Parts: sequence; structure tokens; C-alpha cells
Amino acid sequence: MAFDYDKYIRPGKLPHIWCPGCGHGIVMKGLIRAIDSLKLDTKNTAIVSGIGCASRLPGYMDCCTLHTAHGRAAAFATGVKMAKPGMNVILVGGDGDGTAIGGNHFIHACRRNIDMTYIILNNKIYGMTGGQFSPATPTGAKASTTPYGNPDPAFDIAKLAIGAGATFVARGTAYHAAQIDKLIAEAIQHKGFSVVEILDDCPTTFGRRNKFKSVIEMMNHLKEIAVPVKAAEKMSAEQLQGKVLTGVLYKEDRPEYTSEYAKVIERAQAGK
Amino acid sequence: MEKTLPKIEIIEKYCKGCHICVEFCPTKVLEMQGFVAAVKNLEACIKCMQCELRCPDFAIKVITE
Repeated sequence: MAFDYDKYIRPGKLPHIWCPGCGHGIVMKGLIRAIDSLKLDTKNTAIVSGIGCASRLPGYMDCCTLHTAHGRAAAFATGVKMAKPGMNVILVGGDGDGTAIGGNHFIHACRRNIDMTYIILNNKIYGMTGGQFSPATPTGAKASTTPYGNPDPAFDIAKLAIGAGATFVARGTAYHAAQIDKLIAEAIQHKGFSVVEILDDCPTTFGRRNKFKSVIEMMNHLKEIAVPVKAAEKMSAEQLQGKVLTGVLYKEDRPEYTSEYAKVIERAQAGK
Repeated sequence: MEKTLPKIEIIEKYCKGCHICVEFCPTKVLEMQGFVAAVKNLEACIKCMQCELRCPDFAIKVITE
């Protein structure tokens, strides 16, 4: 049988607002399949987002959802998790929302290792507000605010998360659709702060300014640059030039924030 | 054994005509009919589900038994 996505979508919400060929819908399907495979109770699952194209995702999901201020998804989600530590908390946002405007919240959520999953849909640009460059825009790429090419180097979001202390970091692409649900499911199961970066396409504001003739070209580009971690071990540094690693990039076990905080409460109540 | 064919359902109201399903179908089952995707050659379908997986608009359902 075909997979029943409708079960997890608020009735009457489709078609969604994303542009033709935007990969956000592919990632949303991956998230739905992950929630379904883990049999998460939608009444006990909170999906939190900030502002942006990617942040529209929770609005379609028939779960507990929170659409918050720009970049502040991690802050609101931390509040949700602290109030209800038993809840599954999933954050969804774009590269601009997560690493520029919400950059501070993002790194500190990583550092705290609070048990949440952050799905970053990296389309390398601010799509909704008109194609301004984001911290993930590659050097030389054109955006509405860098018409002569972006002079800044881009963030490697996965490395940023590892450096800031996230205990599970994975990366996938919108082209490799079948892998997305597996990465997200593994991230949700991980006890601690997990980050899943999905490389995405934005044909409307990134593609047409950067010589991608079509959505298909953008998808093929994602296919070409992605190298699975295991395959990369056998490749030389020259062969890996311009490529990005996909799969589970980092995993460690470290005390989780809500359980550590519960211990603080215990100590305070005992007066020690 | 006789090959059983799936039913490919395309919800035209949801399809935005991005061409992803048509381009990435390994056996070229689908085609664009005007603005939306349509089934051209169901006989060739190998039920790989790539069109359903990759459709960003929730517009394709491949119904197998």
C-alpha cells in the first residue's frame, strides 16, 4: 500500500505554500515517515519552528505545534522540554533562522545537550524574505543582497553543531529522500541534542540567480556533491574537494540536560 | 507469474508541475500533461516508489497490493 501521509497532516491544509520543486515537502514526508516508524504519539510530540519557509512545516503537521519568533525555535522548545521532559520535541527551521538570527540559541542548545531534535533545512538562502544571503550561502554565490557574489565563507552547519557540543549530528539531502526518515528517526531516538542537516534546493531565490536552469539541475547537483561517510573513508582529499559528507557524522553519549536539571532540583530540595 | 501493476494516483490539485517525478522515474512511467504530471506507461512501472518518495507536494500515491 501507499504510505498514508494524510494521517499526520491537518485536514484541509494541502496544497502547501512551498514553490514548485522546493525540497521542503520531501523533508516533511521524511519527518512523517520517521514519526510513523517510531510510533510516536502525536499528542505527545511537539514540533517547534521559528520563521521562514522551512518554519511553515509545523503548521501542516497534526501534532502539538508551536510557530514562534524568528530564530527563537530553540529557546521556545527548551521551555517546552523543561516543562514536559517526557515530550518528544522536534525543531524545524532553515539555515538563516537557525544559524544567523537564531545562531546563539542554536549553539547553546547544542552545548546544553537537551533532548531535542533539530532538523535544519539548509537551502543556502533566506527564501521567504526575498533571497538575501545567509551564513550557509557559499562563497561567490549570488543572492539579492550579494549581486556581485558573496564574499563570505559559508558555515558548515554540521561541524558547527559538533563544535558547539551536539551529541548526534547527521546530514542528508533532499535528493536522497529514502535516507531522510532513517536519519531523523535515529536522531529522535538519541538521548540528547541531535541535529539533522538536510541539504535542500531553493529554485526560486537561489537557483535562478546561480545558473541552475531547473529544479532537476539543482537535485542532480545535490546527488553529485553528496558522499556517504563510509565511502569518504576510502577517498583522497583531492577526490573529496567540493563534496559534502552525508549520513551520521557524529555520535556520543553525554549527560542530558533535563535529567541533570532534575538532580539540581533534588539537591536544592534536600538543602545540600 | 503474471506481473501485477500498481495504481498510480496523481492528485492534480496538489501537483505544482516541478517535473521531479518525471525526471527521476527510472523507467519513464510518467510524463507532463500540460501543467501536471500524468501516467504515460504504467506497464513499465517497477514499483520502486521513487516518484512517491520524491514528490514534494504529496501529489503521488503508488498503490500496490
